[in-house]
Amino acid sequence: MSKYYLNYLDELESEAIYILREVWAQFENPVILFSGGKDSILVTHLAKKAFYPAKIPFPLMHVDTGHNFPETIQFRDDIIEDIGAQLIVGSVQESINEGRVTEEKGKNATRNALQITTLLDAIESNKIDCAIGGGRRDEEKARAKERFFSHRDDFGQWDPKNQRPELWNLFNGKHFEGEHFRAFPISNWTEMDVWNYIKRENIAIPSLYFAHEREVVRRDGTWIPNSEFLILEDHEEVVTKKIRFRTLGDITITGGDESEADTLQKIADEVAGMRNTERGNRSDDKRSESAMEDRKRQGYF
Amino acid sequence: MLDNNQLLRFTTAGSVDDGKSTLIGRLLYDSKSIFEDQLHAIENTSKKKGHNGVDLALFTDGLKDEREQGITIDVAYRYFTTPKRKFIIADTPGHIQYTRNMITGASTANVAIILVDARHGVIEQTKRHAFIASLLQIPHIIVCINKMDLVDYSEEAYNKVINQFEDISSKMLVTDVRFIPISALEGDNVVNRSKKMDWYQGAPLLHTLETMHISSDINKVDARFPVQTVLRPQREGFIDYRGYAGRVASGVFRKGDEVTVMPSGFTSKIKTIDTLKGELEEVYAPMSVSITLEDDIDISRGDMIVRSNNKPEPVQDIEVMLCWLHKNSAKPRAKYSIRHTSNEQKAMIKEVVYKINIDSLDRNIEDKDLNMNDISKVKIRTTKPLMVDSYRENRTTGSIILIDDATNETVAAGMIV
Repeated sequence: MSKYYLNYLDELESEAIYILREVWAQFENPVILFSGGKDSILVTHLAKKAFYPAKIPFPLMHVDTGHNFPETIQFRDDIIEDIGAQLIVGSVQESINEGRVTEEKGKNATRNALQITTLLDAIESNKIDCAIGGGRRDEEKARAKERFFSHRDDFGQWDPKNQRPELWNLFNGKHFEGEHFRAFPISNWTEMDVWNYIKRENIAIPSLYFAHEREVVRRDGTWIPNSEFLILEDHEEVVTKKIRFRTLGDITITGGDESEADTLQKIADEVAGMRNTERGNRSDDKRSESAMEDRKRQGYF
Repeated sequence: MLDNNQLLRFTTAGSVDDGKSTLIGRLLYDSKSIFEDQLHAIENTSKKKGHNGVDLALFTDGLKDEREQGITIDVAYRYFTTPKRKFIIADTPGHIQYTRNMITGASTANVAIILVDARHGVIEQTKRHAFIASLLQIPHIIVCINKMDLVDYSEEAYNKVINQFEDISSKMLVTDVRFIPISALEGDNVVNRSKKMDWYQGAPLLHTLETMHISSDINKVDARFPVQTVLRPQREGFIDYRGYAGRVASGVFRKGDEVTVMPSGFTSKIKTIDTLKGELEEVYAPMSVSITLEDDIDISRGDMIVRSNNKPEPVQDIEVMLCWLHKNSAKPRAKYSIRHTSNEQKAMIKEVVYKINIDSLDRNIEDKDLNMNDISKVKIRTTKPLMVDSYRENRTTGSIILIDDATNETVAAGMIV
């Protein structure tokens, strides 16, 4: 008799596929929130599996801050062509132009928080009732309490103390007009699981994740990439280093690590030996102890 | 990690003082699952609070309110991996007013860890936690007798707890119970074997979690495939394709198997089992696939494909052990939506048979109210048949939730008797 149990990656994959199919069955108008980062690439790959031999039956949505790595945008467009899905873009620049949000000032200014308004506007104007995200519970302590199906009120807000209980595999996506859900199919994956799976499935990811030469500036203990948006202080110096990024956010806030890892195997080995969390280099999370929880309550990813 | 490494889900129930947070912190710390930036943050907070050294309990801190109040309110999920297995911890509060959270955490667990303070032995709370583990049919229970350092690592204290626990569990349906004497604070028998308890011949906690047999936790006999959605690609090469997408709830299906579609009762044979990677010859729980049949049958979400020689019962009247989850109490004879696998119908709670006092485990046949955290045996009538197995035999096809249509909230969870 063959073994009748799954290994951990197959079980995580099957769970994620199950969640994606539940979303499709329970909602009218879902989208995948696509950032070009590895987690949203993984969710897209899992969606391909969930609906094969049909195509992914819903669009991808990108909240474009305008502060992108050029590689990310190219990658996004390639993937859209590959899967033949529709792309919805919510533009932070447009939100600024329309006066919906005000740009932060100073050297540490980011468009991170501004995304919330753009995201919620895009959800509302496209009548989206479920936005599927690549959030993982191991990323941050506020995310450890996130549900697979996470309710948002008609202001797009998350109420962590009043979440619907989720038992067994029974998910309740019922909602009133104007409310929406966030769904997190890879909730139970860790950073290591994601890399092991990407390696196993040989999933294409942006070149930014691999070690490469880049102009960078040392700031707050990490290497911030040089870009047209970066405001240099007098004492700061642009140098060229071989680095790679563990996560991809805006080019203005995503720090890289010095690395020689230029293959998926080397990345997996490197991640296995890492002694810091992946969001440790994200200045958006360093602002306060509850920075993530506060943003999530307002409607962040 | 090896290719055949499995995933084990365990739940820990406990309250402020029994050392649950310290135990989880110890497991993560000694298995080197804590990152340096997390450790530094905890060291800083420990200093601020005036603790000596690192307070391991701080690793499990969650939401702002929980940090302020120093308690766990909700279920928090934590992850760690060893060279042998990946683990998911459902960390739940232990107080009676959080019974619903314990039940949520327990619903998917392979193992329940029940903490007992060696100084106090089995108390009401222990009984409650054991009862919930048995009610939710968690396949394995590990009783960790904690704070052994405070009873001089005495074998007598350990044996006393075993006797007390066996006394209470004899009335419950538990199959696999193990006892481990530990000190979460000092690290005895959590990850590393204790040097102070030579009299204990068993394995430390982590080794036990890494090696216990869990492949049989899922029902491998009764083949059940609830249909989530129908896939109709309508594209080149798949013009007439009609695949039934779902996750095998239990049992094994093979190509060519004679199957029956419930509730219609039509029979057919499995033509193909499809995945993006290619066709499969057989599929088993909990795999997600798309199944096609030889015959054109009308099948939609909520239907269940089963093997023709082993069918669940289509029933409209079910008896359920029901846990009320919502602050709004049940309304007498009110109607709810009932969700069972991918099937949804309307349902009415016809009768409350009894309520269980989850501290004494006595049955109360007078009190018929269903308030938050109450566990009661009830009779439910549904508008259309559900294809059910008993929860004891099948956790997936034996479980239901109730949803209040007025609020859309999930108000109750039930296990079919």
